Amino acid sequence: MPPAASGPSPAEPGSAVPPRERRVPEVTYREAVRDALQRALREDESVFLMGEDIAEMGGSMAVTQGLLAEFGPKRVRNTPISEMAIVGSGIGAAMQGMRPIVEIMYEDFLTLSMEQLVNQAAKHRTMSGGQLKVPLTIRTQGGAGWSPGAQHAQQLESWFVHVPGLKVVFASTPEDVRGLLWSAIYDDNPVVFFEHRTLYPIKGEVPDELAPIPLGKARVHREGEDVTVVATGRLVHESLRAAEEADKEGISVEVVDPRTLLPLDEDAIVASVRKTTRCVTAHEAVTRGGFGAELAALVQHGAFDWLDAPIERVGARFAPLPFAPAMEQWVVPHAEDVLEAIRRTVARA
Amino acid sequence: MTTVEERAEPGGRRVSEELLRSFFREMLLVRRFEEKVEERFRAGELPGFLHVAIGQEATAVGVCSALERADVIASTHRAHGHAIAKGTAPERIMAELYGKVEGCSHGYGGSMHLYDVEAGNMGANAVVAGGIPAIVGAALAFQLREERRVAVAFFGDGATNTGTFHESLNLAQLWKVPAIFALENNGWAESTPASQHSPLPAARLAVRALAYGMKTIEADGQDVEAVYLATLAAREHAVSGRGPVLLHLPTHRLTGHYIGDPQVYRDRDELKRERETKDPVELLRARLEFSADEFEALDAGVVAEVESAVEFAKAGTDPRPEDADKYVYA
Repeated sequence: MPPAASGPSPAEPGSAVPPRERRVPEVTYREAVRDALQRALREDESVFLMGEDIAEMGGSMAVTQGLLAEFGPKRVRNTPISEMAIVGSGIGAAMQGMRPIVEIMYEDFLTLSMEQLVNQAAKHRTMSGGQLKVPLTIRTQGGAGWSPGAQHAQQLESWFVHVPGLKVVFASTPEDVRGLLWSAIYDDNPVVFFEHRTLYPIKGEVPDELAPIPLGKARVHREGEDVTVVATGRLVHESLRAAEEADKEGISVEVVDPRTLLPLDEDAIVASVRKTTRCVTAHEAVTRGGFGAELAALVQHGAFDWLDAPIERVGARFAPLPFAPAMEQWVVPHAEDVLEAIRRTVARA
Repeated sequence: MTTVEERAEPGGRRVSEELLRSFFREMLLVRRFEEKVEERFRAGELPGFLHVAIGQEATAVGVCSALERADVIASTHRAHGHAIAKGTAPERIMAELYGKVEGCSHGYGGSMHLYDVEAGNMGANAVVAGGIPAIVGAALAFQLREERRVAVAFFGDGATNTGTFHESLNLAQLWKVPAIFALENNGWAESTPASQHSPLPAARLAVRALAYGMKTIEADGQDVEAVYLATLAAREHAVSGRGPVLLHLPTHRLTGHYIGDPQVYRDRDELKRERETKDPVELLRARLEFSADEFEALDAGVVAEVESAVEFAKAGTDPRPEDADKYVYA
């Protein structure tokens, strides 16, 4: 069980409202991540951070700003550009009783640490017959929409869902990212924690008290009757926009964010589709071999007799992300793509 | 060689006769254990495939004997000797090779994944260099908690060509963590000789650590006393906060890469010469001047221990197939 988080949030303005009712509306996704890190560093000596440019610079996404000043260079550690060693040393420290949180600057660079993630972090517990645990959190981020080109914006989360021993989280709101990160830090398994670059500035209400969100619990963002959209990351927000448009056309859309891809809240997803009888999956990652395929397999098996239309998958076109903004926008999916998919499922029935 | 800062001196009694004799018994145990493993594998009793370290007993015993129980190691695919020397009972290793619940990894690991966390064995690794970065992290944990412990990575000359090795040494030296990188340099990366895998001569591989400003200590890997003393020096350096050490141990693999390897790539005469002149067990036996009777008695005890390990393993419990996913998550 993770310890209860307490204490004031750094992003929280002073308030006279009683704690239970206090809300902090001006917290960004970025601040929410930082808040979870800060609270964990404050409460637990075994927690420390490692990553490229996370100290003085505060991380290339400014997530760790201010943490060096509060916790010092022993616990907020700049590393060389050595992804294999960053993850690998995190594994070793975790196996020796620490709770390291390592940052891989872009998820594209996870490819450089794959051996340690896939062969080591994920397998030590099984290979040792249960003697070891690896309580390591690997934070990373990615996502298109700012013309970074092909090597700074991939969405590779589905790769890790294929590896027994890893857990995979992809949070889409400030409240979720904070509560899920807390649970990831205090999980006794290696957790690959995906953040989305374009979500860092979004704001959302966050409870004053940090409520850990258990891994493996989906969130229903919007209830609906006709179609279930199962969406992750940025596409949660695109899907909510699509749902609003669909509503104008008389189509009632339910939007479900699994939040944790591994373990997956299968019951919540199947229950939603049994209710709506139609399903669209939506993620920014390439459609082929993407997480939507796993969701589609789950849904066709769990809700076969309920389905009124083939499951539609929304994702990126099958191309490395091009640089020119027009091409980039053509490759990745948007609310209109989700809306089109919703319409197709309804048209079938 | 000027590139190596320290050399543990070969020869000359610098540890007690009693200690040397205990090293000898341990090395003989590793040798007899692996000979038995080879025999049982060829008899078809052991699943998977196996690598023995015959010829490298002095590095395993010399290094691990210089460590404290709280120190940790990460081993390689050639792991039996490291595991025995770090304190895991041979019967539990043998049971692992038979895939039994009583094995040191409870049947989940096998020869290339021997673990014994209680004894300080963080696991043998089947990916060349795969275990090295975790040793940096373990050492970092000791440093952060101000514990006087050292973490030791075993690896071979082949591993020194991987990025993992270089990233790990760079980080370890940068942060001056208490780690020892024990290079068991047998001159072979599987079937590929050092002349084909390294631009440096095999004898000079330790200079790679100097690129990171890391202290290197070298000792004759066939001389257990030299290895032991070198490791003591390396450990003292590491735990006193002066940083990690590359421990260069030139050694000889007197068998194939794996059991059954026909070694078509190897010069027969040279191998024969190595076997006759570089066997660390024979070298120490000669030095200790055992009488025939003394040796016979000692050997009989070791052989009996190995036989009883086989009996223990064969009588062990087969795992239930459905327990296969029991430890996927903590």
